[in-house]
Parts: sequence; structure tokens; C-alpha cells
Amino acid sequence: MKKSVFFGTLAATTLVSGLAMAGTLDDVKARGELICGSNTGLTGFGAPDASGTWAGFDVDLCRAVAAAVLGDATKVKFVPTTGETRFTALQSGEVDLLVRNSTWTFSRDSELALDFVAVNYYDGQGFMVKKDLGVSSAKELDGATVCIQTGTTTELNLADFFKQNNINYQPVTVADDSEAQRQYLAGACDTYTTDASGLAASRATMPDADNHVILPEIISKEPLGPVVRHGDSAWGDVVRWTYYALLVAEEKGVTSANVSEVATSTADEEVKRLLGISGDMGAKIGLDNEAFKNAIAAVGNYGEIFSRNIGEGTSINLARGLNALWTQGGLQYAPPFR
Amino acid sequence: MAMAADVPKDSFRLSMLIYDTRYRSYTIQIVVLVLFALAVAWLLNNTVQNLEARGKQFNFAFLWQRAGYDIGQQLVPYTNDSTHFRALLVGLMNTLVVAFFGCILATILGVLIGVLRLSKNWLVSRLMTVYVEMFRNVPLLLWILLSYVLLSETTPAPNAFRITDEMAAAGEAPAASMILWDSLAITNRGTNIPSPLFERGLGSADLGFMTLNLTFLALVLVIAASVFVNRRILVSARATQEDTGVRPVTWWKSLLVLFAPTIALLIAMGFHLEVPELRGFNFQGGILVAHSFTALLLALTLYTAAFIAEIVRAGIQAISRGQSEAAFALGLRPGRTMNLIILPQALRVIIPPLISQFLNLTKNTSLGIAVSYLDLRGTLGGITLNQTGRELECMLLMMLIYLSISLIISAVMNMYNSSVQLKAR
Repeated sequence: MKKSVFFGTLAATTLVSGLAMAGTLDDVKARGELICGSNTGLTGFGAPDASGTWAGFDVDLCRAVAAAVLGDATKVKFVPTTGETRFTALQSGEVDLLVRNSTWTFSRDSELALDFVAVNYYDGQGFMVKKDLGVSSAKELDGATVCIQTGTTTELNLADFFKQNNINYQPVTVADDSEAQRQYLAGACDTYTTDASGLAASRATMPDADNHVILPEIISKEPLGPVVRHGDSAWGDVVRWTYYALLVAEEKGVTSANVSEVATSTADEEVKRLLGISGDMGAKIGLDNEAFKNAIAAVGNYGEIFSRNIGEGTSINLARGLNALWTQGGLQYAPPFR
Repeated sequence: MAMAADVPKDSFRLSMLIYDTRYRSYTIQIVVLVLFALAVAWLLNNTVQNLEARGKQFNFAFLWQRAGYDIGQQLVPYTNDSTHFRALLVGLMNTLVVAFFGCILATILGVLIGVLRLSKNWLVSRLMTVYVEMFRNVPLLLWILLSYVLLSETTPAPNAFRITDEMAAAGEAPAASMILWDSLAITNRGTNIPSPLFERGLGSADLGFMTLNLTFLALVLVIAASVFVNRRILVSARATQEDTGVRPVTWWKSLLVLFAPTIALLIAMGFHLEVPELRGFNFQGGILVAHSFTALLLALTLYTAAFIAEIVRAGIQAISRGQSEAAFALGLRPGRTMNLIILPQALRVIIPPLISQFLNLTKNTSLGIAVSYLDLRGTLGGITLNQTGRELECMLLMMLIYLSISLIISAVMNMYNSSVQLKAR
């Protein structure tokens, strides 16, 4: 008797927790706070600033989602994760959403049971060396010692690249970007390899940034994007369409500054639907009708986020390149809001 | 008789399970057992439910997939085309090599410090006290990080060894140079030591699951045979001494038996050293002992030696003073008293806690992750776990392996322990 009561309770508990796991959107609303998995500190993408407020390209996407779901971009708790811990943190429900320079790959989508809902930065893996090393191509790196972050796709690409080019290297495996920087600057490795955007961000924080060059070879495709747990499509839709709303906003010229003015004056039907003036786009995915308007008002459109955090003129100084809108010859393309 | 008849033959009542001392212990044991079984069942059930909820499977097939990553230090051949299982083996060997050398060095250093701490020389004994207190009261992780940073920050980059054409023309020496007759180079990445090479090696035999290096095997066999023969010589010398009272001279026989066959074999196989030399970015040739290994070994040795020193001191102090006084009365010098009288007896006290220290040291090797030393924790529990997403399998396997290593060390040391215990004759 006792045993059956016990197992009954057990089954009920797991069932309830299973249900709770399924509805991340309801969890976030009930909690009144979004928990976002972030980098441990990569300037420009996700790092706390001098006052302890998180800022960056990836961080802003978290804030946009918080603004869309909760109406307040400050209601986000950032959980720093390393390359090793990030997916476990997401799978175990420690974070609702992971926006942390994570590459979309087949095995992560299938085996790790994750869903990459969009690509917010099209990247590729590069190499950074000190200028006085006199290297101008990654293919000249035969015999070099390479600093590499563990638990990343770059680790595997590195092995493939050196094998394909029939050259050797000595790996120095590090846990995160700051450790890699320390080893690289101390000369414990000749070159540091990670996503080219990450290299630019690292270089920006180095005291002698001009003495380091990023080699021209880009050895892989690294589509980086926000990740949610597999099997929670409703939550996936919220994140995906919040991101696309930011893209459409840039395409239509809606910015954080003019969003309320555009809302009253626009004649564009898609913008009207986007900002919740006509139709019920927000309500259809369980949000406020003004959800996307709130997101845009809070962090601005994709272009604003890009230029504020990592664009030309910032210390990271990245060109839009592949991340320009499709209308400008880039790859950033949002499906229609209809 | 009458008394026995008076005892009431009462029937069994439920309350007797608690109040009757005959049944109480059974009741408690059964309750505890049921609770324990329930706890285990709950854990298992929880795991199964959660795995299902995440759509994950539980199997070890991933071990036979291609690993795809590279490992710096490999004692068994490995490339990124090898399987995850092979990577596990590489990691395991890296763990074992640190544990093996760590245990030996820590024991030697620990015994030395433990004995010196009891020295009558005030300065020496105080210095040893400072050593022991310093090392055992600061977390091991900090010692590992400190030794790593010291090694990598104070040593020159490989570039500093280079002689450019201008420098050669000006007759300048490079900023850093190799030591020990140009055979050893210490850079900020590691220590490059010469590697032994054989011109006429014996090759290797493929056993299917592993390849056996015949050259190495031959060397081990020859050395083992030499040691065995030497032991026979010493035994017969002792027999002669006990028969006649005169010990025959054996030292030249021992030297000959111990070294001549090995040297002959080395010459026959064309032994020579390959000295590392600077080519490209790094020293090539020779063997690279990475600083992560050296730092881990150094910190583990120094840290564990402090504990072993205390164990040795306790062991020595456990031997009654009468023993050393008796030895002195027989005219034995202090050194021989220690070696022949005190330490052999102290071993009985020393060995059991020493086993725990060896186990600690072995398990502490997993802290090597802090300095990117790819041991079992770094390969199986680090990169493999991450790239395959098999947390549960990797963690369970890793726990099982550490448990096995510890139990094996324990068993071996317990065998040794029983051999040094007092024997009743």
C-alpha cells in the first residue's frame, strides 16, 4: 500500500514537473523573469559592464525576448555559461533560453535535443596571431601551438583543418575566452582560434590590440544563434519571431527612437501587423499584441543592436558582411509577418 | 524446573517488533533496508523519467564513434580519427602516469621531510614544520595554478632560443639557450627532453586490441632478469656469510649483472638520443613534457608529501624510545638505527594511512583540468562528454574507472601492508 502511494506521488510529481518543463512561456510569465544563458564574458557579445549590467549583441536579444514576453527588458537574469556547461544548463531547465555564440550543427540539433530557432550572427572560424610572428596564412602554422576552447565546434574544425592541410599542431585546451587570452598573451600558444567575431572581440580588450592580426582564412561555417529545448515549439516560436521582428524592423526602417511615431503614422500593412496595430500577431503566440513593439522600443532593430555592440566604430569593429540584410546583399532574411 | 514452567508462553504480538529486544534489531534492519531500496528506486525512476522527458537514450555506442579532437599528450597512439574509447584510454594513461610518479615522488619526499622534522637540529626541524603547515593548509588547486603560472611565465618563449642571421653576424648569443649539453630546452610551453631512438629496434607486434612495442618489452625483460640474478647472488652471499662468517665480495658481480646485459642490449639495438631542436614555431624531435603535466605532478607531489610527512612522523613517534636506546646500546649509529630498527617497525603504523594518501593523490589528478591537462576527466569527462552530449554515460563510466583504480591501489597496498605486519612465529 505504502509503496503504491509512494510511486503514485512520484509519478504525479514527475508528471507535473514534465508539464511544467513543456511550457517555458508560461513558466517565464509566472516567474516574471526570463533566465538567459549567456557567455562568461565576451566583450561586445555578452559581458557585464563596469556597473555590473549585462550588455552585448547576444544580451540584447535576451532583452528583446524579455520585453516581448514580459513587457520589460530589464526583467532578465543572466546565467554565465562556459562552452562546456551551456547545453547542460539549457537541457536541465536552469536557463530558459541560450544566446551565447553557439553554432547550429546537425548533432546538436538531433543528439543533444536542442532547437536552434534562428541565426543571429553568421560567422566562421579564424586564427589570431601576434604580428611579429610573421605569419600571413593559417596554412603556415605547421608545428604551432594552438589555444582552443573546449566543448566547441571550433575544436573539431581545427583538427579537420590541420589534417586536410597535412600539417601538425599542439593543442592547448582552455575552458573559456579569458583563459585563452591569458595563455595567448603569455605566449603559451602561438595562435588562438575561435569564431572570427570572438577573435575580434578578444582583440578589442587586449592592451596592445594593434600587435595582433586575424589571419584571412575562415575555415568553417559557424551560424550562431539562440537555442531552446527541443519539444517546446510554442517557446521556440516566441524567440524565433521576436528575432525576426527585429530584422523586419530594420528592413522597414523602424527604430527604437521612431517606433511610437511610426505606430501612429504608418500606412505599411506589415508594419501595422508587426507593431500590433492591426491583426493579433502577438496573441497568436501567447503574447501581448504589442509584444514586438515593446521589443523594438527596448533594444532597437537588428541593425541598431549590431552597430551599438559590435559594429564599425565600436572597439570590436566588425563589418556587417554576411550579416547585412538580404536587401543589402547579406544573409539576414526574415519570413513575412502575415 | 519450576521456574521454567512459570515462564508464560505468550503468543506473538505486533508490538513485540518494537518492544521485544529479540525482534527489535530485525525490525530496524528491515525498515532501513526498505528505505534504502526506495531511495535507490526513486533515483533510478527519476533518471529514467528525465531521460525520457529529454528524449535521450542511455547506451555506450558513442564510445565507438570517431572522436574528432586532438590530445596534446598521448602515451598510446591516437589521432583525431580514433574513437572516443581510444581517447578515453589516452586520458586514462595520462591520469595513471601522473598518479604513478606522484605517489613515488610524494613518498620519497614525505619520508624525508617526516624524518627531518624530528631532527635535533632546530633550524631543520622548524623549516620542515613550515613546509608541512604551508602545503597542507593551502588548497591543492591553488598550488597547481601557482606552479603552472610560475613555470609558464618565468620561462622563455621558443622564439628566444632562435639565432637570426643578423645575430649570428654580430656574434650575439640568443636570449635563452638549452641546458645540459644542449639536450634539454625549457620553454614557456613545456620541457623538451631528448627521446631514445633505436636504429635496429625489434619492431612491434600487433595483438589486435593493442600493439606491443617489442623493443621496450625486451628491455623490461632483460632488466627484470638482471634484478632477479642479482638477488640470487645476494642470497647466496648471505648463506655463505651465515655458514662461514665471512661475506664474499659481491659488488663487482652485482654491477656486472645489473648493467652489462642492459648496456649490451642497448648497443645491439643501436640506441641513441634524439635531441630536440628549434624548427618553426616550436622545438621538434625529442619529447615534449608540457608544463600542465609538470605543474600538476609538482603540486600533487609537494602537497601530498606534506601529509605523508605527518604520517611518517606519527609512525616514528609511535615506536617506543626503548627501541632506539637499545639500538644505541648495541653501538648502532643513528642513521642505521633509523633504517634498521625504527622505520621497519614504524611501517606498520605508516602504511594504512599512506594508502589513503595514495588514493587522494590519484583522485586529485582530476584537478589537472585547471591547467588543461587532458587526463580522464579532460577527455572522457570533458571533451567527449561535451561533443557527444552523453553526460550520464560519461559520468558513470568515469566514476567506475576512478573507483576501479582506487580499489586496485588499495588492494595492492593492503597486500604490502600485510607483508610488513608483525608475524607470529
